[in-house]
Amino acid sequence: MVAYYRPASLDEALAIRAARDVMILAGGTDIYPAKAARAGWGDMRHKDVLDISRLADLRGISAQADHWRIGALTTWTDLIRADLPALFDGYRRAAREVGGVQIQNRGTLAGNICTASPAGDGIPNLLALDARIELASGQGRRLVPMTAFIDGYRHTVCRADEIVTAVLVPRPATPARSHFLKLGARRYLVISIVMAASVVEIGHDGRIGAARVAVGSCSAVPQRLGALENALVGQLVAAAPDVVAPIHLATLAPIDDIRASGAYRRHAALALVRDLLSELAADAERRAA
Amino acid sequence: MQDRPAARDISQVSFTLNGQPVSVAAAPFASLADTLRSELKLTGTKIGCEAGDCGACTVLLDGAQVCACLVPAAQAEGARVDTVEGPGPDAVTDRLRTAFLAHGAAQCGICTPGMLMAATDLLARQPFPSRADVEDAIGGVLCRCTGYLKIVDAVLDAAGATRSDPGRPNTVVSPSNHGLQDSIALRQAHGGGIGQPIDAMCTPVVGARMPRVDGWPKVTGTDAFGADAAPAGALWMRVVRSPHARARFALGDLAAVVTRTPGLVAILSAKDVPGENSFGIFPNMKDQPVLAPGLVRFRGEAVLALVGTRQAVETLSDAELPIAWQPEPPLAGIAAALAPGAPALHAGVTDNVLARGNLKCGNVAAGHASAAASAEGCFETAFVEHAYIEPEAGYAVPVGPGPDRIEVTACTQAPYMDLDEVARVLGIAHARVRIRPTACGGGFGGKLDVSVQPLLAVAAWLTKRPVRIVYTRTESMASTTKRHPASIWAKSSADAGGRLTAFEMQADFNTGAYASWGPTVANRVPVHGMGPYKVANALLRTRAVYTSDTPAGAFRGFGVPQAAIAHETLMDDLALKLGIDRWAIRRRNALDHGDATASGQILRHSAGLPRCLDALQGDWDAALARVARHNASSPRRRRGAGIACMWYGCGNTSLSNPSSMRITLARDGTLTFLNGAVDIGQGSSTILLQIAAEALGLPPGAFRMVVGDTDLTADAGKTSASRQTLVSGNAARLAAEDLRSRILALANAGPAASLSLEGPKLVILDGEASRTIDLANLPALSESKANSRAEAQISTAVLSSSKHGLADSIALRQAQGGVEDSVVVLEGLGTWDPPTTALDENGQGIPYATYGFAAQMAEVEVDVVLGTVKVLEIVAAHDVGRAINPTLVEGQIHGGIAQGLGLALMEEFIPGRTENLHDYLIPTVGDMPPVKTYLIEDAELDGPFGAKGVGEPALVATAPAILGAIRHATGARLTRVPVLPHRLWEALRGKEAAQ
Repeated sequence: MVAYYRPASLDEALAIRAARDVMILAGGTDIYPAKAARAGWGDMRHKDVLDISRLADLRGISAQADHWRIGALTTWTDLIRADLPALFDGYRRAAREVGGVQIQNRGTLAGNICTASPAGDGIPNLLALDARIELASGQGRRLVPMTAFIDGYRHTVCRADEIVTAVLVPRPATPARSHFLKLGARRYLVISIVMAASVVEIGHDGRIGAARVAVGSCSAVPQRLGALENALVGQLVAAAPDVVAPIHLATLAPIDDIRASGAYRRHAALALVRDLLSELAADAERRAA
Repeated sequence: MQDRPAARDISQVSFTLNGQPVSVAAAPFASLADTLRSELKLTGTKIGCEAGDCGACTVLLDGAQVCACLVPAAQAEGARVDTVEGPGPDAVTDRLRTAFLAHGAAQCGICTPGMLMAATDLLARQPFPSRADVEDAIGGVLCRCTGYLKIVDAVLDAAGATRSDPGRPNTVVSPSNHGLQDSIALRQAHGGGIGQPIDAMCTPVVGARMPRVDGWPKVTGTDAFGADAAPAGALWMRVVRSPHARARFALGDLAAVVTRTPGLVAILSAKDVPGENSFGIFPNMKDQPVLAPGLVRFRGEAVLALVGTRQAVETLSDAELPIAWQPEPPLAGIAAALAPGAPALHAGVTDNVLARGNLKCGNVAAGHASAAASAEGCFETAFVEHAYIEPEAGYAVPVGPGPDRIEVTACTQAPYMDLDEVARVLGIAHARVRIRPTACGGGFGGKLDVSVQPLLAVAAWLTKRPVRIVYTRTESMASTTKRHPASIWAKSSADAGGRLTAFEMQADFNTGAYASWGPTVANRVPVHGMGPYKVANALLRTRAVYTSDTPAGAFRGFGVPQAAIAHETLMDDLALKLGIDRWAIRRRNALDHGDATASGQILRHSAGLPRCLDALQGDWDAALARVARHNASSPRRRRGAGIACMWYGCGNTSLSNPSSMRITLARDGTLTFLNGAVDIGQGSSTILLQIAAEALGLPPGAFRMVVGDTDLTADAGKTSASRQTLVSGNAARLAAEDLRSRILALANAGPAASLSLEGPKLVILDGEASRTIDLANLPALSESKANSRAEAQISTAVLSSSKHGLADSIALRQAQGGVEDSVVVLEGLGTWDPPTTALDENGQGIPYATYGFAAQMAEVEVDVVLGTVKVLEIVAAHDVGRAINPTLVEGQIHGGIAQGLGLALMEEFIPGRTENLHDYLIPTVGDMPPVKTYLIEDAELDGPFGAKGVGEPALVATAPAILGAIRHATGARLTRVPVLPHRLWEALRGKEAAQ
């Protein structure tokens, strides 16, 4: 029988986490499917469970002076319904494309990055948002940049005694806009073939002050496209799509799988990044008009 | 710091359930879905995947829709939970039920509770949603039957939303005068509460949009599917399956495992099977073991059965069992199995070819030689999973000491075939077996073969205790049959006018590890493979090939959908080469009344393809113009239109497949329809009742229904091959006519007399004359005529039915107690077998009594950069002979189109890789285009009231129409399905390179 802990405070939760080999459960949207997949082939074992859903302080989004704090129990639906600036448009778009409404109502933003799937819908956005991940343990708290949080295929730097408590999104120096595109083989309930997310800061002159672009499902860990980001700085936003070149995606390592071929993914990633920037440019143009 | 909470095995969870406080002892990590079903006995919440992929278990948790299979029971503490059993906030769920029933939004009903709760969530938040809002809200619930359109309509209707949303209209053009007016009448009739007798609203009964007779239990969550009931104290079974596609294995000391595992009662292996350890569709091809005897032929094959308490079988892992595997190289796919030197997978089949089929007429060489144009191509299709939302489940009960009999209660499409298999594996007489079909949560051919039945029977027989099983989604997908992957070469030729001069096909079908329905596919395809066209010279050869893959069996169309992709692509090729419009070339070749098929059958009655095409002509011309306008200014998002025709023989190919029906009148006036045809969601219970009521002359609400129980009903044959409306429909008509003639003879009344039944008084009005027969005064039918045991059980089963009339009469399946005086005084019997002849060595003869025909058009938009396809609209014209119930016919068409869309664009089962519903994709509500339907009624004189089948015809034309539309949009001729984005992109890139 699986031991099941459902503490009412973070301290208790951290103590259990430190003392036992437990799997952390929040919304359960990844844990139960994994359990079903194992049981389907006769592996009936399961780790003990640390259910953190009673830690009410971990739920919700709050605006701070220089950042937004997204508690670890915040769900996709919470994100969709929150009063947030355009900076979050891409992330919210991802939220609406996760699973169906049932998954959006239960799945947590932090759980999504802890599962650390190459196809995790929230990950490219958090990379583009330059987020930092707050981890708590008995020793205190630490912040890890999103770019370093996932350190391998379905693996994170979260230690066995730590719990992710929040995602922190910095306020950009100038107002920024964001966008997200997900490509899948059907509508709703679909694991992406390729995803792309971008945050751009556009000056009054229509030139890009800063850009962050990330691609998912094209490498073991979703990646920022640093070379492209550098190339975009100083460009007119209207010209941004034309800046994108295959070389900018050279660091991706897409594979062949049941959803697509690697060659197609590389092509589609390029197309999606261009589309992403085109739509951001069109949006900027609409605003300027 | 507070006291550390202890890990808890079982804890008390208290919450508000449908407005009432409940407290239940549950394992905290058990899912809420499991807790509702197992502990609180609320089985309206269905479990389809345990992975959040299907949404069948959707409930409201604190007012928000969630998958109850993903919620730990512990998290329900203090929460408000609403399930399908409750009225919903402000009775929203109740309102939705009414609308679902009226619109035919529930077919098999397994997704219905999830749909209702997802829609409840929406309407509670947003009383006036748009069509897009509805789609977003139910996007997380999969339905495999309906094609979603009637569900969305029902939700909008329940919301009282206007139909002005221009987004996705669904038009129905029906020749019957039972269109919109009837559905409005129906809604009004149901306004005061569902389940009132339907008598008044349906005259005539045939052609009426009557709500399905088994609909009310489906929209209330009370219909009992395979996993929803079992005797108290039943043991649980879990099957241990091979992780290897081809291997030998040796078993160690299983008894020792039983001894050391608390709660485990037995581990069954091949040597425990009391009778023959084999099953299969054809008497001479029973090649699949119940439990593998030391050798497995596919990944997922049953090796051992663990029987014991639920906890015992769900705790013991396969790795703890003494199985020593010796894997061998599998033969994956047809090419490997046919390669020179490939090992024989079955003794006695040295070349791995299970079955061959052929058809030959005229002289194809001469036909090709005389042609103005020829086209040929190779086509590949994938394994397709049925993806019914109900995984296989059921239970078996040994009856009497000994045991004397075995009763197997499970979801099935073929109770009498199940009976044969169970008797065989137990080595007992047929009379000692009873099969009781549960509601069937989708079948589509996948529940024609036995799955759980022989395993349950063996386990219950040996342990002498009731035993139950519920397959996991993974197990269901890995171990049950699939659509045959096809590898087809075909060549078609035509004269300058586009008239076919020759057609040739060689088609290989991957039948997987065991025979199943492989021979049927091999035999059906040669008849249909040239398409529904006149062609004097044809040569078709097929093979069903054994491989090490998952067994392929029956799936809606038996190989014909695969062949249709080939013949329709070639038809487009010929049109292009000859400069003929794609609609026109089909119209020119379409089989019509009096034409001979390639198997030499003259189509004497119903052959409505020309009428189907004529119905589409305006839509076709408009679509071509619309597409051209769009493409003039849209280089990236290209649109295209495609058209495809199909035909499909109703019933088994040149084999006897009779159905027998019985209608009885009892002394107390109980009119009982004993109908052995299993309704798997397509609506046969309703259709057959409409036919019986019309033929007898009494309203549908006067009938009590007994469905599908092998002890109570006669063999109606299986629910497959689009045969129930035609074959069982005729049997029902004959039974009703038989009873009617007996009544009229008693009353000495003429054939035009009208009947009415008021309690035990049967009133016959013949012109001015009126005669009343008091049934209570009639003698009982002689014992020789009435099966006494069956009668006794019927009287048990026939509950005093119901203020709800028909609505809950289907609940007779589960009825217990309530004996009433049902001594039968009159009965009508009907048996019908389609008139066919054997096919000769050239495939010549009369393989089917009649054929369904259709033409469908697809309009698509292709993103030529990403290779993605969006289907914008389907227009479907189906010759159904006569639409007994237009709502149900449309439901079949919508559902078939959804499956055809999946076949074309996304569905590909890969053994070992897509064994769940997130890696194996079926269309969601967001993928389904609007559908415009033309119901063509070219009467089949051999059919009941002119009707013939539509179940399989609904699917066949869709995929080739979509492929034709993609080609029209892009120029890319796709010959492999599914057309996943990367495959289309590769085809477009190849085309670019060629230029």
